[in-house]
Amino acid sequence: MRIDILDVGKRFGDFVALADVSMEVAEGSLTALLGPSGSGKSTLLRIIAGLEAPDTGSVQLDGGDVTRARPQDRGIGFVFQHYAPFNHMSVRENVAFGLRIRKRPKAEIKAKVDELLALVGLTAWSGQRPAQLSGGQRQRMALARALAVDPRVLLLDEPFGALDANVRAELRLWLRRLHEEQQVTTVLVTHDQEEAMEVSDRIAVMHEGRIEQVGSPSEVYDKPVNDFVMGFLGPAVRLDGHLVRPHDLTISHQRNNGDIEAVITRIVHLGFEVRVEIELPDGSQARAQLTRAQAGELDLGTGDTVYVKAPATAREKAVA
Amino acid sequence: MRISTPARLSLRTVAVLYLAVLLLVPLGLVFYRTFQHGFSEAWGWMTTPAAISALSLTLLIAAIAVPLNTIFGIICAHVLVRGRVRGRAILDALIDLPFVVSPIIVGLALILVYGESGWFGNWFINHGIRIIYAPAGMVIATVFVSLPFVVREVAPVLREAGEEQEEAAATLGASWWQTFRRVTMPSIRWGVAYGVVLTSARALGEIGAVLVVSSNVAGSTLTLPLLVYQRDSQIGPEAVSGAYAAATELIVISLAVLLLMTLLGQRREQVR
Repeated sequence: MRIDILDVGKRFGDFVALADVSMEVAEGSLTALLGPSGSGKSTLLRIIAGLEAPDTGSVQLDGGDVTRARPQDRGIGFVFQHYAPFNHMSVRENVAFGLRIRKRPKAEIKAKVDELLALVGLTAWSGQRPAQLSGGQRQRMALARALAVDPRVLLLDEPFGALDANVRAELRLWLRRLHEEQQVTTVLVTHDQEEAMEVSDRIAVMHEGRIEQVGSPSEVYDKPVNDFVMGFLGPAVRLDGHLVRPHDLTISHQRNNGDIEAVITRIVHLGFEVRVEIELPDGSQARAQLTRAQAGELDLGTGDTVYVKAPATAREKAVA
Repeated sequence: MRISTPARLSLRTVAVLYLAVLLLVPLGLVFYRTFQHGFSEAWGWMTTPAAISALSLTLLIAAIAVPLNTIFGIICAHVLVRGRVRGRAILDALIDLPFVVSPIIVGLALILVYGESGWFGNWFINHGIRIIYAPAGMVIATVFVSLPFVVREVAPVLREAGEEQEEAAATLGASWWQTFRRVTMPSIRWGVAYGVVLTSARALGEIGAVLVVSSNVAGSTLTLPLLVYQRDSQIGPEAVSGAYAAATELIVISLAVLLLMTLLGQRREQVR
């Protein structure tokens, strides 16, 4: 189902959570709302879900206005950062909740719940209480619960934010596969750019209640529209007044046209890559990222004077 | 923190002595005095017409006040914790009023409102309804003094439980009532149970406010606490024996309520 957000504004007291945000989420896509905390991404998700009402603007699902519709009537599935399990119910009862509310026949509920428990790998845990599950299992239960009612839109609010790094990586992969199988239009809120790039096929970068840029992961990474997007999507260093990615810098011992002189202050070996920390003539610090092979070839040492070149795109921007 | 053995033992002794001197000894003495001259005599005191009338009036008042204040208390706690209305702070302060106002004043205030020269008093009397010096007034007084308990027990539990489970239920299609019954209520049931115990205890034991609006006629407008009070202030060993018998009844009922709520809580826990 397609989601259209039209000029949505929301304030909490004096704080502007969303300032006339508009965006379109394509049918069957997996879109990430990416931004730092306080950027309005969770508020936007909750407005799509109907858990929050916008002050201005409207939300459409498949072209139908749902701005005033209750969450119950939107056909959505919502997954919370802290899972929001029903603690007094078993895992099975949690997953069955939405179907029971819809008064589906018992046999149908059982079949559907069994299928979902198998899908999320919790069959053996169906009789347990949420408190007896690990964080990752609880979140998979929450996903199964949300999927049980066949939502037309799946909304995930920082779903992996409270999990350990390795569980997080595993669940991301799992979510991506699930999305490929089920093709439910999905919106995921995250502050983790790596997560957004790995899981989603579109990223909306949010900052201070606005959407700065919407595009594919490579678009927002390689062609950021401004310094904020540049800085938020990956490491960036300032060179000659422009932000560039450290791995886009080239270092050489010979001066070429347009190069900047720099002194190496430290060389850090990080396994596959080598981080070269440099000081520029104006006294500012920057760093370049080289592969081990490149660093070996150059035979760099602390205190060396080298010449740094920014990538062509950055220089073009400088000219413009 | 590690505490040395002698210190730990003396702390324990202090705690047990404190409870014994202040709670167990006085209550135990009431039991002792009640059954001092045998069970049949005590039973005789408990089954006089006045005692039976007092027992049934006490239970009737509790049976009205406790459910009323439970329902109101849950709604009120919900408004206080989840509500986004203005004036919550005022409501919050108002709820504690019965705690801070002396029960005697509650009784007097009710007379000012419902008494013969009170605001609504004439209207009720003209329609043949007696409130002051009648059971109706005693019910109102009891509701008033036992009002805050459920609110004060449920509100923190509700706050602790958070709103996410309710929001999750809403996104899964549950109506307000379904969410309340299937999600909110199970998560606050311990707060409700404890609130009901406290409300019951107060409703069964209230004397000050009820005394003022009761006509204090044995057999019609005496509750068990009032009966204890009246018999105790009469002269003669017989009347005092009657007071102890009524007091024992009161203690047994209160303990039964406490036990019932504990068992109810445990059983529900097992069923789920």
